[in-house]
Amino acid sequence: MRILDKKTISRRSFLKSGTATALGLTIAGNLVLGKSSAWAASFDNLGGGNAATLIQMARDIYPHDHLADKYYAKVIEGYNTAAAKDAELKKMIQAEVKKINEASKKKYGSDYKDINREIERVDILKANTSSPLFGKLRGDLVTGIYNNQEVWPKFGYEGASADKGGYIKRGFNDINWLDKV
Amino acid sequence: MAKFSKDDNSLVVIIGSGAGGGTLGYELAKKGIKSVILEAGGRHEIRDFSNDEWGMFGKISWLDKRTTSGDWRVAKDFGGLPAWIVKAVGGSTIHWAGASLRFQEHEWKARTTYGNVKGASLLDWPIDAKEMAPYYAKAEYEMGTTGTNNIPRLPGNNNFKVLEAGAKKLGYKKVHTGNMSINSQPRDGRIGCQQIGFCFQGCKSGAKWSTLYVAIPKGEKTGNLEVRPNSHVIRIEHDKSGKVTGVVYKDKDGKTQIQKARIVAVAGNSIESPRLLLNSESNMFKNGLANSSGEVGKNYMRHMTASVYAIFERPVYMYRGTTMAGIVQDESIHNPKRGFVGGYELETLSLGLPFMAAFLDPGQWGREFTASMDKYDHMAGMWIVGEDMPQSTNRVTLSDQKDQYGMRAPNVHFSDHPNDIAMRQHAFGRGKAIYNAVKATKTIETPPYPSTHNLGTNRMSAKAKDGVVNKHGQSWDIKNLFISDGSQFTTGAAENPTLTIVALAIRQADYIAKQMSSKAI
Repeated sequence: MRILDKKTISRRSFLKSGTATALGLTIAGNLVLGKSSAWAASFDNLGGGNAATLIQMARDIYPHDHLADKYYAKVIEGYNTAAAKDAELKKMIQAEVKKINEASKKKYGSDYKDINREIERVDILKANTSSPLFGKLRGDLVTGIYNNQEVWPKFGYEGASADKGGYIKRGFNDINWLDKV
Repeated sequence: MAKFSKDDNSLVVIIGSGAGGGTLGYELAKKGIKSVILEAGGRHEIRDFSNDEWGMFGKISWLDKRTTSGDWRVAKDFGGLPAWIVKAVGGSTIHWAGASLRFQEHEWKARTTYGNVKGASLLDWPIDAKEMAPYYAKAEYEMGTTGTNNIPRLPGNNNFKVLEAGAKKLGYKKVHTGNMSINSQPRDGRIGCQQIGFCFQGCKSGAKWSTLYVAIPKGEKTGNLEVRPNSHVIRIEHDKSGKVTGVVYKDKDGKTQIQKARIVAVAGNSIESPRLLLNSESNMFKNGLANSSGEVGKNYMRHMTASVYAIFERPVYMYRGTTMAGIVQDESIHNPKRGFVGGYELETLSLGLPFMAAFLDPGQWGREFTASMDKYDHMAGMWIVGEDMPQSTNRVTLSDQKDQYGMRAPNVHFSDHPNDIAMRQHAFGRGKAIYNAVKATKTIETPPYPSTHNLGTNRMSAKAKDGVVNKHGQSWDIKNLFISDGSQFTTGAAENPTLTIVALAIRQADYIAKQMSSKAI
């Protein structure tokens, strides 16, 4: 059976992530941990704190421990760009993040992103699923995460195949474990 | 290629170029009858297809304004998208899976076989299996259906092998790779299936039958068929005698055009076809065209559907190869001991990672969901498709909201009948048992997707008061107005509808030709 190695980073995607670092995409981890000030500049329209909260929310909505923060941050980058022209969006995000943080402080004593346990953050999210921010973020993540070609190999999905001649000679029927179960 | 005048009132004007309209145009062309197909969407050829789920969705789907109501979950999760169908030359034969199953004999007589089912508006079809047999044979030949005409079945992919192994352990007998209108070997100038996957995004190899690159070009070659893309019909017009005289459409620039006609055949799928009849209301036909029975738009059916996905300890890569790669038919029988009338088919299905995220459990989030997604490559999947009960309250009506041309948009109202719910529960149980028989570690019940099988809103009936069209798809009220798509279905049967739509269109072409030559219309 032709098994894909989901951990392999191709040279091409390695180079890509190098570029992403230069653009300030991969330091989301630092931000979430509250170490970075560089983020404020790269999320100039939303504000670094708001962006960090959104990135943490994104990960808590669709948690994949094998995905780096940059894939979640990419969706929030889109909001940052949109917020430059869309005052309503900016206002909504700021107001909703404020609400989330207030709820977080009330129940767990700190801002959302600083709550240590995922189960507690999820608890906050569950009480906010009807909010406009949650609805928008969840909806945008469905395509923002899963339609990002860079994550496909990590899920064992090979994407387009016609340009490779389909799977007729590449394992469409190579399953070999069925007689063992 | 023919190019007909808009003033030519000798033409058959066909609205829609999918399984029904595309076939009708081709069949009439073979007989020397001139027709023009007005297609609302653009013309994309195979070279324009890409193995990209969202990309192709945006490119070819019918995304015009629509609203929904009823208790079906689609109304909540995809309120503006009741149906996933195609707006392009070729219609939904671009994205169909290829399954080409004949109705079973008893399914033509649903009212007689199932009896009086409370809340259902069941009728027998005015035609039967014997009458349809030669037309099914013609359709299977034209479409190159595997398992017919000595065409070998397709090889099974990994997803099928999982289904087959589980089904056989449970003792199911009718398990095979289906009757598919996908070339298993070169035929009719097209190559055999390359196991690309992405059948729903348009077949890149052309192995799968579609009116876009099979029936329509053949029809065009005769000089008797013109296909006019980006021509969105908004009204059908009639004269004082009540005969239809032509159609009003918007061209690619949004300009209003009128095409004269001797006969109009409506094949816009089961949401647009009744909508067009209703939007064509006039002083003479206040409730819409062909609607003296009040049945236009009623009895909307979408098949009882659902999916079961299962996760295994080891990889499957279900997306490799044909999307609908095989079938279990044992449950398609009518056996009321199961607690419902009618039956269902189990057919393999796979979605790419992007669509899986959207459809596995719409709106779901958190660890339970992502744990399943993390095992995407270990998943196998099947689609459940069974007969749903026609209900007069499930219907397409005109919404107060307007489309891009100022025409009233369709509202699609649907709620499951108790029989649909009982059948779905049974099917979920059997589907999960199949996968558990080969040691699935997790099974997931996936709710129905936006409708791909839209049926029944201009139904065929033996009596004028019970339906919209007669046994030839000819409207009871207006002799030169025909319905040529799945909206003429009296009941839905358990089978994927395309083969029956094509067979009915071939049969209708014979009837239209006879009626024209005898000057009856």
